[in-house]
Amino acid sequence: MKRQKRLGNFLALLLLALGGVVMVLPFVWMVLTSLKPFPEIFQLRFFPQEPTLDNYRQVLRETGFLRWFWNSLLVATITTLSVLFFDSLAGYTLARLRFPGKDLVFLLILSTLMVPTEMLVIPWYVISAEKGWINTYWGLLFPGLMTAFGVFLMRQFFLTLPQDLFDAARMDGLSEFGVFWRIGFPLVRPALAALGIFTFLGNWNAFLWPLIVIQTPDMRTLPVGIALFSGEAGTAWNLIMAASSLAVLPVLLVFFFFQRQIIEGVVLTGVKG
Amino acid sequence: MGLAHYHQLLEDAVFRRALLNTFLYTLLGVPAQIFLGLALALLLQRTPIARDFFRAVYFAPYVTPAVAVAWVWSWMLSPHFGLVNEVLVLLGLPPQPFLQSPSQALPTVTWVVVWQNLGFQIVLFLAGLESIPRQYYEAARIDGAEGWRLFRHITWPLLNPVLVFSAVIGTIGYLQLFTQVVNLNFTDQGGPLNSTLTLALYIYQLAFLRFQLGYAAAVTAVLFALILLVTLIQLKLLTRRVEL
Repeated sequence: MKRQKRLGNFLALLLLALGGVVMVLPFVWMVLTSLKPFPEIFQLRFFPQEPTLDNYRQVLRETGFLRWFWNSLLVATITTLSVLFFDSLAGYTLARLRFPGKDLVFLLILSTLMVPTEMLVIPWYVISAEKGWINTYWGLLFPGLMTAFGVFLMRQFFLTLPQDLFDAARMDGLSEFGVFWRIGFPLVRPALAALGIFTFLGNWNAFLWPLIVIQTPDMRTLPVGIALFSGEAGTAWNLIMAASSLAVLPVLLVFFFFQRQIIEGVVLTGVKG
Repeated sequence: MGLAHYHQLLEDAVFRRALLNTFLYTLLGVPAQIFLGLALALLLQRTPIARDFFRAVYFAPYVTPAVAVAWVWSWMLSPHFGLVNEVLVLLGLPPQPFLQSPSQALPTVTWVVVWQNLGFQIVLFLAGLESIPRQYYEAARIDGAEGWRLFRHITWPLLNPVLVFSAVIGTIGYLQLFTQVVNLNFTDQGGPLNSTLTLALYIYQLAFLRFQLGYAAAVTAVLFALILLVTLIQLKLLTRRVEL
């Protein structure tokens, strides 16, 4: 019985390790290819014979990579801060205040949860063209400044807090905004962390809308820049893999530092949301 | 104006192809990632020593940019110098065209998306498995239940909320597939021969490459109706009340 269990555990580990290789191998191959000089990528050797950083140098020199990185960082940071503030403000209002039409407002917000980005990009584009937002930071940013999902998530969390807490704070003379900002906001920190991580990742990795609204190379975000550069690079897979590495490795680095918080965030939004 | 666009839709063979493909992606991808995710989560649950390490390994692709990941896979799957074909040849198997073949391209794209979503599924299932009280298993064991029957009568029904959530979220994701399709075959987006074209990519091409905004909007209405309908049907069919 015990031996059978041990054998079972060994087989489980073996399968997990095999699967793990499938998960990791693309990243390893990406980095190895990015270190090879051009002729070597067509010689079927696993490791580079003469490893070089020239591909990285070329990508950084010949493309606007650093600019794209900065654009993505700017867009993801601003949208995340905005979502955290405004979604929790709206969530708090819907959970904790009484006003006529509240249920209708909540229902309207909920009903937009299902609307796909593909459906929205056409009106976004028409608005942007009319207002002159094409190829601007504002054009990149405005669709992401608030999300229905975030409002819903924050409302659910504010609902779990005891009402007495808010009544006591009001009694002590805090303004309504003060109650939200000093009492409510700090108490929903786990939900804010989860929402923040999701919003940042979503905007950092976004492709469809930036591809549409941006027209000049200097305004591209990282995913759009990588895609268009790679499309022009043809068979220079060593350059394409260097560009991919530059996009992937910082994300992996951040992930391995904050993996506990990130994974807990997924569980929080996934299971409760 | 008016309903003209919808009449046009009925006669548009490319639209029909995109609609069919979108269904195929969903029918292949959602069950695949749920099955693999659950299997791996059950394996991880058995092996507490390695759990945190493997959970991080499997989850890593989920946080990386889909664009970069798609290019990496398109290099891995390249018919002539790709690593996957090298391995196949090494194993004595014939090399495959993968993304270049009208019959293999769609399953290949689906695989890349499954690969990227797998960690998300595993993490959800692990949390779901951990939330099942141990007493249920202990009580069932006393009644003589083992292995498969424990899974069938306790694990599966009690995981229902996580399964429903995974199916709904997964389906919404696959119905909107765009980024991977574009980047895996960048020089022939949606190809070969429209075999990987999705509704989302067709909308993009209509609206922003051919500037038929009105017609594209009609396709988005179909996509939206599809998402709404499929989600409602899933919620209705899949949600089970658990009685123990």
